[in-house]
Amino acid sequence: METTLCIDQYTPHKSASSGAAVASPKPERTLSYVDAVREATDQEMDRDASVILFGLDVDDPKAIQGTTRGLVEKYGPERVFGTPLSEDAMTGVAIGAALAGLRPIHVHIRMDFLMLSMNQLVNVAAKSSYMYGGKVKVPLVVRSMIGKSWGQGAQHSQGLYSFFMHVPGLKVVAPTTPYDAKGCLIAAIRDDNPVMYVEHRILHFQKGPVPEKLYTVNPGKARITSPGDDVTLVGISYMQLECLRAQRYLDDVGVSAEVIDPIWLAPLDIDTIVESVRKTGRLVVVDNGWTSCGASAEIVAQVTERLQGVRDVRVQRLGFAPVTCPTSPPLEAEFYPDSRRIAAVCNDLVHGKSQNWYPDERPELKDLEFKGPF
Amino acid sequence: MYEPLYKSLYRIRRVEEEVARIYPTDKLKSPVHLSIGQEAVAAAMCAPLDRHDIVFGTYRSHATYLAKGGDLKAMLAEMYGKGTGCTKGKGGSMHLIDIDAGVMGASAVVGTTIANAVGYAYSVKLKKQSTIVMSFFGDGASEEGVFAESLNFAVLKKLPIIFVCENNGYAIHTHQTKRQGLPDICGRARAAGLPAELIEDNDILTMHERATAAVNALREGTATGPAFFECKTYRWKEHVGPGEDFKLGFRSKSEAQPWIENDQVKRVAALVPAVARKQIEAAVEAEIQEAVAFAENSEFPDLSELTTDVFHTVSTPAAIQKAA
Repeated sequence: METTLCIDQYTPHKSASSGAAVASPKPERTLSYVDAVREATDQEMDRDASVILFGLDVDDPKAIQGTTRGLVEKYGPERVFGTPLSEDAMTGVAIGAALAGLRPIHVHIRMDFLMLSMNQLVNVAAKSSYMYGGKVKVPLVVRSMIGKSWGQGAQHSQGLYSFFMHVPGLKVVAPTTPYDAKGCLIAAIRDDNPVMYVEHRILHFQKGPVPEKLYTVNPGKARITSPGDDVTLVGISYMQLECLRAQRYLDDVGVSAEVIDPIWLAPLDIDTIVESVRKTGRLVVVDNGWTSCGASAEIVAQVTERLQGVRDVRVQRLGFAPVTCPTSPPLEAEFYPDSRRIAAVCNDLVHGKSQNWYPDERPELKDLEFKGPF
Repeated sequence: MYEPLYKSLYRIRRVEEEVARIYPTDKLKSPVHLSIGQEAVAAAMCAPLDRHDIVFGTYRSHATYLAKGGDLKAMLAEMYGKGTGCTKGKGGSMHLIDIDAGVMGASAVVGTTIANAVGYAYSVKLKKQSTIVMSFFGDGASEEGVFAESLNFAVLKKLPIIFVCENNGYAIHTHQTKRQGLPDICGRARAAGLPAELIEDNDILTMHERATAAVNALREGTATGPAFFECKTYRWKEHVGPGEDFKLGFRSKSEAQPWIENDQVKRVAALVPAVARKQIEAAVEAEIQEAVAFAENSEFPDLSELTTDVFHTVSTPAAIQKAA
């Protein structure tokens, strides 16, 4: 079922606006998200000796869920190494190495750990090009992972990418599919600017078509993953899968949702979203984070600014409950938006709340839960 | 040996005196953290470095920038906010850079560049280059977590870097003994596995001798990893600005007096023959005059500069595609 959702995203369709990423032909080969990340890293390290890879545990037996497996054997401990538990300094080291001409990939197995790196990311990586008048560049990729399920809790579950969207000089990408995982990582490595590359642990399990050749999924292009007419449904990172499931539920009640994956959050392809909302008049943004000052707030604000006075638009944000992520399963389930809740909200926007429609769960659209240990 | 040292010292002192003189006219649109009194550290430590060697500094980096050979015109123009400044009027006095001279930048956030210098040194080692990296920071930086983390990594990877702690005793207005339970910065470096040496009294000749030995040891391969120096010095001026701060009461003029009497600019001047000294001084004065005129006559940056350089533009999608 998961595979189906990912493969569906590449079915060409008529209503894709010209600004959106072109749907790719369905390749023969299927890879997991983990293997797509690993292959992109491997191919770029092979192509370019200036690419180095480091972070806590990248060279340990679990190899960051397998995303770094075999790379230390292939490229040696000078280009691939585990680090001391020093996120602050190691981010500074990555920046210094980038200033000297290397292309570091710094890996954090939890996005929560990036809070220890904020000074270097916000005050140095983001600003060096500008505050040195364009004399230096910081070609840096920071990979980090968002956790979900099985009681990951307060400090192992946060999707904090909106922090980085706020700061000029940083690019932010949160690929959903294995195809985009590979293409975006290659684009990020080749970018001369710092790129925050955000992975969701649940997405690691997804399989989908991934070409063997090197290709890039470039900054600033969203993808219409499922065309529709009644409501524009934007899903970020893992929430893209929930939105695609919601779209199936909405089919049952005759609501046609146009699902969009922004892929890159900075720079954001707002044009593709605006064009969709110009058509549908309704926008639901589902974020894998809190709504307050989040990516969903930014997308809704930009669409509203562009379409006010042009089109009557109804909007709704969905995201984490405005609390710390709890660990007990029923509380955790309530914390996250899911496909049925998303579908109900979309239906409310289209038909009004008086319908009070809430879909029964379809087993084939049930979420694949992460299982321990981790 | 004394003549180049004197030139470096005198140039730093006179540039900063000139900055302090111009400051009240409000032509300098930049906070200035003067290093008057501390020039000896940068002058001595940078002396054995080659042009291609790399230094990273702090917000109080005028001395480091100049001692490493940074362009004076670009520095002053930067402080005037002019488009000809070393960062085109975007960084100001706290973010001086001169890539050609190996000055790789400075941070207004204490301790920040220590890790950047270590990362640069990692690249040097990976590429098997002969470059030496020198990291300048103050006593306050030794209290930041990044200090301990960076030293550990530099030792772990045996990197070609020399750490220079410029200890002027104060973090803004707070003395080291009010901030450190054990005010022994060298001890912290030794705990991380570094050879560390404390040099007292702002003694430029000792600093020069030790720096030369450390640089040579890295060049010749007799040292296989980083070194650490804590250089005791003293800030004559206020934390930021051209004046003095004794009236604030956190330190006394009598505390400063021995350091002022032990002025290293005067000390080295006395070691240089009079004729050579006069030539050096005349050359520096001419350079300063020319640089001030350059800064004053330069244009402010075009308003279009506001939005350039946020991203390195070569990484447009088209360029990335081409690379593919």
